[in-house]
Amino acid sequence: MHGANIVLNGCSDRGRLDQRAAELRSAHGVECLGLFANLTEPGEVDECYRQIFARFKRLDVLVNNAGILQDALLGMIPTDMVDRTFRINTFAAIYNLQQASRLMTRNRSGAIVNITSIIGTNGNQGQAVYAASKAALIGLTLSSAKELASRNIRVNAVAPGFIDTDMTRNLPEGKFQERMNSIGMGRIGQPDDIANAILFLASDLSAYITGQVLGVDGGMLI
Amino acid sequence: MNAKSNLRQSFANALNLRNGDEIETLEYRGIPQWNSLAHMQLVQEIETTFDVMLDTEDVIGLSSFQKALGILSKHGIDITA
Repeated sequence: MHGANIVLNGCSDRGRLDQRAAELRSAHGVECLGLFANLTEPGEVDECYRQIFARFKRLDVLVNNAGILQDALLGMIPTDMVDRTFRINTFAAIYNLQQASRLMTRNRSGAIVNITSIIGTNGNQGQAVYAASKAALIGLTLSSAKELASRNIRVNAVAPGFIDTDMTRNLPEGKFQERMNSIGMGRIGQPDDIANAILFLASDLSAYITGQVLGVDGGMLI
Repeated sequence: MNAKSNLRQSFANALNLRNGDEIETLEYRGIPQWNSLAHMQLVQEIETTFDVMLDTEDVIGLSSFQKALGILSKHGIDITA
């Protein structure tokens, strides 16, 4: 993976996207293409891959990691929350996987990593919509892995547990501690813990692994 | 070769057609070779030959040789050349 060119996507702050792309170019001496696009719109996804094709002519790895989380108990779930959650967490991943697999087919190789969640594998109260959207990614992973195996394109998923991000830091103190107590290894996961798992599944270290869901949760029980 | 000849060659390669097989009247699923798997192969052949990337709608709409010509034209390929 060292020396790989990078494509970044963002949809809310073009300046920040361009700045991050410039930082990555400078830090790693590679090309970094920042694509400002709303991935819930199929037409914008198509345009992203046209630009990737025009610039690089190939794609080796796709990481589907865009996601949102909103909690609501059953019976109190607004329709627009269902729509927004599935559009971002699930539909965008499907659109990207469709286009990426076409580019990867040209070279008869590639690795796709979908970021699901321990909530998608185990479920959690108040998170039915999020769980459903992430469980759908597992179905997408398993089916795509079967369809793309003959083209030497691997599709796997990473299911993070409780990870140190803005999302978890905003939890109420009591809820945060409750989650911490459920982690066998006794510490919150770091973003690098997830990145390392993605790197493994994206690299040739996992050349014979496809259709798997790798839990990265420190032994969390939920 | 001109664009139309190149497109014929793409069809022949993707669908394993023999010399002399009729190509310009072919339709998707009209012959056993043109199944869904071969269709994706055909898309790849066309994209490689003409250095374009088709939209998802193009992939779904590519149901005949004539439709393919229309799609190439939409992508700025001169199909009369």
